[in-house]
Amino acid sequence: MAAHLELTDVSIEFPTPKGAFKALDGVNLKIERGEFVSLIGHSGCGKSTVLNIVAGLHQATTGGVVLDGREVNEPGPERAVVFQNHSLLPWLTAYENVELAVRQVFKGKKSKAEMKAWIEHNLELVHMTHAIHKRPDEISGGMKQRVGIARALAMEPTVLLMDEPFGALDALTRAHLQDSLMEIQNELNNTVIMITHDVDEAVLLSDRIVMMTNGPAATVGEILKVELPRPRDRIALADDPVYNHCRHQVLRFLYEKQRKVQPLDSRRPKGQAGTDAKARKQA
Amino acid sequence: MSSIRMTLAGMSGIAGVKANDTFASWLKRMTQTLGLPLIGLLVFLFIWQVGAKQIDTSLGQFPGPTQVYEQANALISEHFNERERESAFYERQEQRNAERVAKDPDYVPKIREYTGKPTFFDQIGTSLVTVLAGFAIAALIAIPLGICIGLNGALYSALNPIIQLFKPVSPLAWLPLVTMVVSAAYVSDDPLFAKSFLTSLFTVSLCCLWPTLINTAVGVSAISPDLQNVSKVLRLNWLTHVVRIVLPSSVPMIFTGLRLSLGIAWMVLIAAEMLAQNPGLGKFVWDEFQNGSSDSLGRIMVAVLVIGLIGFLLDRVMLLIQRAVSWDKNAITR
Repeated sequence: MAAHLELTDVSIEFPTPKGAFKALDGVNLKIERGEFVSLIGHSGCGKSTVLNIVAGLHQATTGGVVLDGREVNEPGPERAVVFQNHSLLPWLTAYENVELAVRQVFKGKKSKAEMKAWIEHNLELVHMTHAIHKRPDEISGGMKQRVGIARALAMEPTVLLMDEPFGALDALTRAHLQDSLMEIQNELNNTVIMITHDVDEAVLLSDRIVMMTNGPAATVGEILKVELPRPRDRIALADDPVYNHCRHQVLRFLYEKQRKVQPLDSRRPKGQAGTDAKARKQA
Repeated sequence: MSSIRMTLAGMSGIAGVKANDTFASWLKRMTQTLGLPLIGLLVFLFIWQVGAKQIDTSLGQFPGPTQVYEQANALISEHFNERERESAFYERQEQRNAERVAKDPDYVPKIREYTGKPTFFDQIGTSLVTVLAGFAIAALIAIPLGICIGLNGALYSALNPIIQLFKPVSPLAWLPLVTMVVSAAYVSDDPLFAKSFLTSLFTVSLCCLWPTLINTAVGVSAISPDLQNVSKVLRLNWLTHVVRIVLPSSVPMIFTGLRLSLGIAWMVLIAAEMLAQNPGLGKFVWDEFQNGSSDSLGRIMVAVLVIGLIGFLLDRVMLLIQRAVSWDKNAITR
């Protein structure tokens, strides 16, 4: 039986003035329905590029992505994306931002009242009922990201793609949102691909962790199965041997096997990690 | 101009005096918001009064603030006199017509238009109508075109040289061409608009098109790639993409362009009216200059101040509209 989502020999090259730049080389990955997969790796390793290819925002040079037997070659709401910096339309309220997506996806399938109920349901899922009619500049970063998640969930995606969804948040807010995400995942059991550079986040949330080698020509290095029962509790897990073993594995991969040797001044600021591919394209 | 704005700000500051404010801090705020602009204004008036006395022209002394004040009053009373004469004229006409109809019931009364000279305030009205019409035409062309150019890189490359070529052209260079084209193209026995109005209108449009066009194009092409990705993931069609994403996100830039355009439109209009002898404030200034009486310079100075004031008010109105329409309350709206 073919997998739910399958990446086969995905490679991508970006044209640069100095010739083609090979960002990804032969990425193979099979993801089952309802699985939560994290992509982890050093910044610049092409994690975002993998996600963008699955989203259809980038086209693989060779190889391809098949979702439920259909090849992916353009973006679409069945592969909803939660962007790193929320990407809400600043002139619309939280409700209207979700509404834009719902109207587009359920045009002709849901009545007006059903749509309203659906929008409100999704905002309730991310605990944003209290600020439903606030615009993005009136709410905090964590709240914006919640609305971004609600917007993606409201599209009823087959696969939910999250590009460092909590990367720009402070540690406490991040923990809070991770708990919310686990709660939602428990209820909806979506297929999720999440990019992260936070080892704890990856172990806490994922069923499998895909560790990527350093670019250029990055590929899948190791895949780690996280065999922890759900629901998971971050405090109880702190002393859990399985949890710590998983953490150890990921840390060893990142800091021993794929250690990044790079002078400090050439490192990109954290906020730009999501646009690696683009930055490289322009370089 | 800015002194008035600051004064207005100062007044709202007075209204908001809080009970726990000490008198000293209140006084300090007052001096800053109300006092300093007032001092600036007084110094300006003083320098003007003293400086004007030093300048002698063939039309007499350069007008100081007092002469300008007198001429402003004179212009106002002229306006009301003219209006009185006009209503008197219509009254007499009606009376005559009524008498003739009483004598001869078959007589169809003729109404003759009053043909008095337009007053200063009539000229202001004409100028305002012309500038707003010309600006509206320019905006109606520039915003849609700017959106197309901003969305389409190829179109931008194709049109950019043309835009850059025509942008710096002075209104005075366009004027003869526009005049001739309007005369040739607009031939009608019962014209809806005067030719002079159309000439001014098109000259204004041609000159004030560019800032809106360029700013709209820049605003549209600067839409964040994240928002474009959102649009792609949602598979918004072209029209929805433009209406829901492109237009709102470029509203601040469009308004920046519109405000620049309106400022240019107003400046261009005065010059066009002056050169082409089209009715309006520009013609008023030119007529006074040609008239050459001892009052002329004072009356021109009144016109100068009124032109400045109207330009300022037009900009304020645009700013108010921008504040009402734009989602970006943090944009520099000054």
